[in-house]
Formats: sequence, C-alpha cells, structure tokens
Amino acid sequence: MKPAPRSQRRPFLVEGLTALGLIVAPYVLPHLGFAPNTVNQILVWGLFGLGFDLLFGFTGLLSFGQSAFFGSGGFIAAYLLTQDMIASVPLALLIGTLGAMAIGVLVGLIALRRTGIYFAMITVAIAEMFYFLENSPLSAWTGGENGIPGVPTPKIDFLVSWHVGTGWSMYWFLALCYFAGIVIALRIVRSPVGAILSAIRDNPLRVAALGHSVGAYKLTAFVVAAGYAGFAGGLLGVLQGFMPPDAFSFDTSGQLVMQTAIGGVGTLFGPLLGATVWLFLSDFLQTALHLGSAWKLVLGIVFVLLVCFLRHGLIGGFKDLHRLIFHRAEIDVEAPEEAPVPVVAKAVALPARHREGDLDSGTILTATGLSKRYGGLLANADIDFTVKVGELRGIIGPNGAGKSTFFKMLTCEVPPTSGKIVFEGRDITGRSVTEVCQLGLTKSYQVNQLFSRLTVRENLTIAALADLRGKFRLDLFSNLRKVAGLEERVEQALELVGLAARADTMVSALAYGEKRRLEIGLALATSPSLLLLDEPLAGMSPRERVETVQLLKSIAKGRTMIVIDHDMDSLFELVEWITVLQEGRVLTEGTPDQIKTDPVVREAYLGGVHEP
Amino acid sequence: MFNGLVLGALLALISSGLTIIYGTLGVLNLAHGAMFMIGGYAGYLTFTATGSFLLAILGGALFVMVLGIVMERVIIRHFYGRPHEDQILVTFGLSIVFVEAIRFSFGSLSYSVPPPPWATGVTSLGFMLYPTYRLVVVGIVAVALLALYLVLYRTRLGMIVRAGIEDSVMVDSLGINVFRVFMVVFGIGAMAAGFAGIVNAPVVSLTPDMGEMILVQTFVVVVIGGVGSFPGAILGGLIAGQILSITSMINPGYAYVMLFAAMTLVLLIRPRGLMGLRSRD
Repeated sequence: MKPAPRSQRRPFLVEGLTALGLIVAPYVLPHLGFAPNTVNQILVWGLFGLGFDLLFGFTGLLSFGQSAFFGSGGFIAAYLLTQDMIASVPLALLIGTLGAMAIGVLVGLIALRRTGIYFAMITVAIAEMFYFLENSPLSAWTGGENGIPGVPTPKIDFLVSWHVGTGWSMYWFLALCYFAGIVIALRIVRSPVGAILSAIRDNPLRVAALGHSVGAYKLTAFVVAAGYAGFAGGLLGVLQGFMPPDAFSFDTSGQLVMQTAIGGVGTLFGPLLGATVWLFLSDFLQTALHLGSAWKLVLGIVFVLLVCFLRHGLIGGFKDLHRLIFHRAEIDVEAPEEAPVPVVAKAVALPARHREGDLDSGTILTATGLSKRYGGLLANADIDFTVKVGELRGIIGPNGAGKSTFFKMLTCEVPPTSGKIVFEGRDITGRSVTEVCQLGLTKSYQVNQLFSRLTVRENLTIAALADLRGKFRLDLFSNLRKVAGLEERVEQALELVGLAARADTMVSALAYGEKRRLEIGLALATSPSLLLLDEPLAGMSPRERVETVQLLKSIAKGRTMIVIDHDMDSLFELVEWITVLQEGRVLTEGTPDQIKTDPVVREAYLGGVHEP
Repeated sequence: MFNGLVLGALLALISSGLTIIYGTLGVLNLAHGAMFMIGGYAGYLTFTATGSFLLAILGGALFVMVLGIVMERVIIRHFYGRPHEDQILVTFGLSIVFVEAIRFSFGSLSYSVPPPPWATGVTSLGFMLYPTYRLVVVGIVAVALLALYLVLYRTRLGMIVRAGIEDSVMVDSLGINVFRVFMVVFGIGAMAAGFAGIVNAPVVSLTPDMGEMILVQTFVVVVIGGVGSFPGAILGGLIAGQILSITSMINPGYAYVMLFAAMTLVLLIRPRGLMGLRSRD
C-alpha cells in the first residue's frame, strides 16, 4: 500500500490553518495598511467567490451572471430586515440565501441547456435582466436606484449575547461566516459529488456515459454557487448598512470573475487572495499614487497580463515556484514508451451485475431491425443481432462498415432511426446513455475518453461511484473515502488492468498503452453485465496486444462482452463467435474458424475481385 | 416599429461582427461592445477634426479595424490553443482596458455627434413624422450588411471564412494560411462594431459604458439567431430590435425582461438558435 496523500493523513489541516489565519489577520493586517472595512469587504468577496470557484474552478462552468444571485440574496435579506418582518440578521441571511438558491434553480434550468460560451453569454443576459428588474419593475420593494438603506447589524441573543458593531467587531462576525463557508466548500470538494464535478470539468460526455446524471450535478453546482452568492450579498448589506443596487450590475459579476482568476481558479482560496489584491491595489493606486479614476485601467492591464502569462493565477504561480525550488527531483518520471502489462497474479474478479430474471432467458441483448441514417448515408441497415449471457462476441468489418455506429446505438449514445434494442429483457430503445450504463451496459471508447487532469485512481473512482451511488445522489457532505465498497472496487479495477503501480499518476503522464488499459478499466469499474469494447487494441504494439488479449480474457470471466477490432489474429484467438458487418449490414456470422475460411468475408475485405 | 427597425439593424450589424469572429476563430470577443464604443469616439474625433460626417464614419470604422487587427496579432493569436475560458477572460480584461482608457482620456461626460446637415430634421412618411437621420441609419446599415454579405458570399476570402465556420481544421489542412484569414476576419468583425458605433453616435450620445449594454443585447441576438450564423445574426437583430422598441412603448421597464423571455423561448424550442449550425457547440 502506498502512503496516503498528505491531506488524507491530516484531515482538518486546511480548516485549522484557515481558522488560524482568520484569528491572526486583525493583528497583522493593520500593520500592512489594511483598514478594517477593507478586510471585511475582502471576506465578503472571498465568500462570494467560494461558490463561484466551485462552479468555475471545479465544474468548469464560467458564469458571468453571479451578480443576479448576489443581488437577489442581498435584497431579500435587506428587505426583510428593514421592513421589520424579521429581526434576526442570521435568519434573514438564511432566507436570502435560500431565495438566491431558488432563483438559481430556475436560472440554471435555462442556462445549463447550453455549455461553453453559450452558457457564459446566457448568464450575462440573465444577470442583466435582473439588474433591470431591480431598477424599475421591482423598485417599490428594492428602492430602485437608491437601494435599501438602514440595514441593521447582527444582534445575537441566543446562548450568547453578541451585538455586532462596525469595524473589527463586524470582522469577527464575517470571519465566522467565512469559516463556515470554507468548511462547507471543503466538505463538498471532498464528497463524491465533488469528485464527479471535477470529472465533469474534464470530460462531461464520459461522465454521462459512465452513468452519472451530468445535468443534475451541474445544476447542483450552479445552485450551490447561487447560495454562496446570496449569502455574501446579504452580508454586503449588513456590512455597509445599505444594500446598493450595483450589487446587481454586470461589474459585480465581472469583478468576481477577475478576482478569482487573479487569485487562482480551482483553489477555493483564490477568490479571497484575488479580492485582497484587488482591494489593496484599488486603495493603493487611488490614494498613494493619486491615480484617481485611472486605477481601474491599471488593474485591467494587470489582469490582461496575468491571464496571458500566469495561467493559474497567483496561487498557481506560487505552486509552480514552490515545485521548481523544492521538488525538482519529484517531477513525474517520463512514462516508459512501452509499458508492460503486469501479469495479474491472483484472479481478481470484478463482479458483474446480475439482475433478477435475466439469466434464465439465456439472451442478454437482442437488437431487431436496427437502422441508422445520417442524411443520405445509411450507416446501419436492418441489423438483427443477438448475444447470449456469458458470450464473448467479436465484430469485424472493413472501415466504414458501421461498427462504431452500431455500438453507439447499442449504448444509446445515438438513437436509431428505426429498430428496437432489448437488454436483459428491457426495451432500452430511446433511453439515455446514462440510464443504460446504470442498467449495466457500457462501452470503452475507440478514442480514449479519460479525465486527463485526474489521477488513475480518481478516474476509476468516478466510474465505480456510478454503480455504487446510482445516477444522482445529493451526498454533498459525506466523505468520498467513506463510500461503502468504493475502495475495494477501485483497487480491484486497478489490479485487473495492471495499473496499481501507477494509481496516483496523472492520466496526462501515462503512456499510450496504459491509457488504453485505463479506458477499459473505466468501463469495467462500472461493473457492467454487458461490456462493449470498441477497438481495445488500436494503436498498441504487438507485445502490448498479446498482453491485452490476456487481460481481456481474464475480464471476460463471468461477464458478457462484445469486441470490435481490426486485429483479426488477436480477435480470432479471443472470441467464440464473430459477426461480420459490411456496408451497414450483417454479412455473415460464425466461429473464428468458419470466418477465416469464408470466401464472402475475404471478398469483403479484399474488394470485389470475382474469380472467374 | 421604426425605432425597432433602426435598433434592430444596428444590432444585426454588430452581432454579425461578433458571430463571424466566433464562427471563424472560435473566440467569443467580450471586447466587442468596447469596439462599438471606440468606433463612436474615434468617429467623434474625426468629426471634430474635419467637420465631415462621412469622414467620421470612415475614421471610426477604419480605426476600429486597425485596433482589431492589432489586438488579434498581439494578444488573441496566443489564445487559439488555450481553453475557451481563457479566451473569454482575456477579451473581458481587454474590454475593461479599452473602456477605462476612454474614460481616462475623455472623462465620463457624454459627447454627441450631430447628424450630417442633409439628414437633419424630420421626414414625413405619410402616416407619421420621423427623424430623417434614423431613416438614413437604416439605409447605411443595410448597405453595410449588404457589403458584408457580398464579402462573405461572393469573394474567395468569404468562402474561406464560411468554410472555416464549418470546419476550421479542414481549412487549415488545405494549405490556406488560416492565421492571415483570422487576422482579417477579426479586423472585419471589429470594424462592423466600430462602424455601427459611429453611425449610432448622432442618435445616442457617447459614454464609455455604452458598449456594455450593447454587448449584452448582442449576446441575446446571437443566442436567438444561432452562434456563428450570419443570417441568424441579422434575423436575431431585427427580432430583438422589435421586441425592445415595442415593449418600450408600453413599459420601458419590461423591455429587457421581454427580450430575455424571447431568448428563453428560443432556447427551449430550438437550443441551437433559429439558424444555428449543428457543427459547433
């Protein structure tokens, strides 16, 4: 067993250091020229940024519309407090947070229909709409351009009596809030949901194919970010004693994005550091250098330079520097050109799922009349295909025969134009790839679809979680390492595909052959009862092929598999029964020996040379 | 209706610029609104120097085109290989630099450019009186869109651009110098915004922040029309113009809400936009 990573050995290290930092800050920062009000604002922005970093840094969704939730949460809390509807500041903040989250659900349902730049554009537009809503239609409640003045400071008389004032007194209240925020954020990051979010950032399509409901997880991240924004917005009102309308402005969203990028994306503390730099520079440039309104110009230039040259923000820069100085020797050893497949000593059998009543019928998969038309091209035409439980089936066919399209239809990645697919007695035609994977049917891809910014172990964890947790579960606060059966499953999968020695290596540092095996391992770790392998041997050296065939044989025990490959010799050795596709149709079927000698198959491969 | 047509035509032109840049280069230019604003200011300077409105249009458009080309050569070029998010961040940073540079040089006060003498006053349309210049704007923008259409659909460059929107890797492998095409496209796209900026100057006075509003409207237009689609940008622009002006007549406070509602509707029914292409996402 390898020693656990440092963070695992000291579970509350980060939390402890944060608490220490927050306690020490008021004794140190004044000497560096920070006024208490500046520090308080930094905390509010840092808290706002925690949610945004979960959304952008961890899930990869760049929203330019966080102001909508910042403003909503703030105005809800401020309205309740100033109208004397609620006297308790913490309660009003909580309601504001929940309100922002409710709005987050609605906005998320719309914005998350698209990804990438579309998502960024839609969030901008939605946030701008909120600005206008606040300004006129809702001005009776929000005060329009004047905002809501007279927001009270917290008075807590529950268990302890604590009347928060301004300045450093307010600091302790905000520091407590920030600490709660970071503890929650860390728990989310360390939960199964957190792991899945990072995988979504890397490769959402594969996460879906592994049986996770990507849409629901994205929405979760979006709503969590909205909650943080709403809470921070409420605190802004409490801090300033006034809820300003520009909380809703595009500048607010923009400033948040910039601060996070300056500090470092995907670090949780990046937004706090970014806010510190931002507010410090703003003070420094305006008062010490007398730049007046030009300070924002300087900041803009600094930001552009930072994005150009320091890709992971200040924290990323520190990390690189640290690695350069202290860990020069530890830089990942270059992966060997041809990684040997370690012989699997003990036969670790990863269980295949057995569902009720499926073994009796004898067939696991039946496709009838399956056709796929792309415009004028008929990729698959009227394919009838049956696989028995426990069978090891091969599919061959010349390039363009429609093999991959056929696989995509079986796993429901693309819907068939016509025809029907029955898996374990269930009609799965028209279901989603996620549902089908949950039923126990998945495939490994022809082109590697891995999570390249995660380690081998983390990759397999994502796959194993799909089977252990189902397609969606909101266990935001449970520890990833306490998911029952997860560790065994991941260890087994590592063992099986011979990557145990490379478990904590980044996927981007793996050799090609190792990546191919991990690709198979990902599909395997969902413990499918039917596993499809799309050209598992593609691009491998002759020796790797021999070893991988052995690997596939050991996987096949107690499992049904269908393998596509162009390597006839390996396939003939591996499988029991072969289906030959040509031009989208089933040409013939038979045992390897029958196929080898079949003149029709030869003709299909060598072209239409008719012997006289 | 006519106000909507004026606004819609302008939005169509600006959105076309944004959309051909995105379609060809794959970069969402968040500084596009700033380009619109700078076009107005550059035109204003030309106007105060020469007193000629036509020269002002020329000056505004050309200046922004040059600015676009410089921006592409110096910064954007290094971002083609980086994630979309980085591209968005850098263009967002640039937009702030542009806006603040203008604020620094001109202050926050607004400037206005008078319409040319031959287009002042009002014109009777039979059923209503309408400011002449606004009619002229529709004409000028229509000509500009026609020119853009001719460039895109009737020249070799346009063919490359349209091919690039479909599949830029393929165009690259055909031995066409994509980088030069990218530079020209960025210049033309920016110029579309700058041109709109100076043409609009006699209608709405100039402020450093005017670009932000336009950028957001442009986003809505592009989402409605379909990212990367030139006809989609025009259709989306005209629709957005009508929505904004009709709602403004009834209750200005809801103009934006309606625009957003239309965007949501399009997203629900046709997530790729009215004329969106399948190839890009």
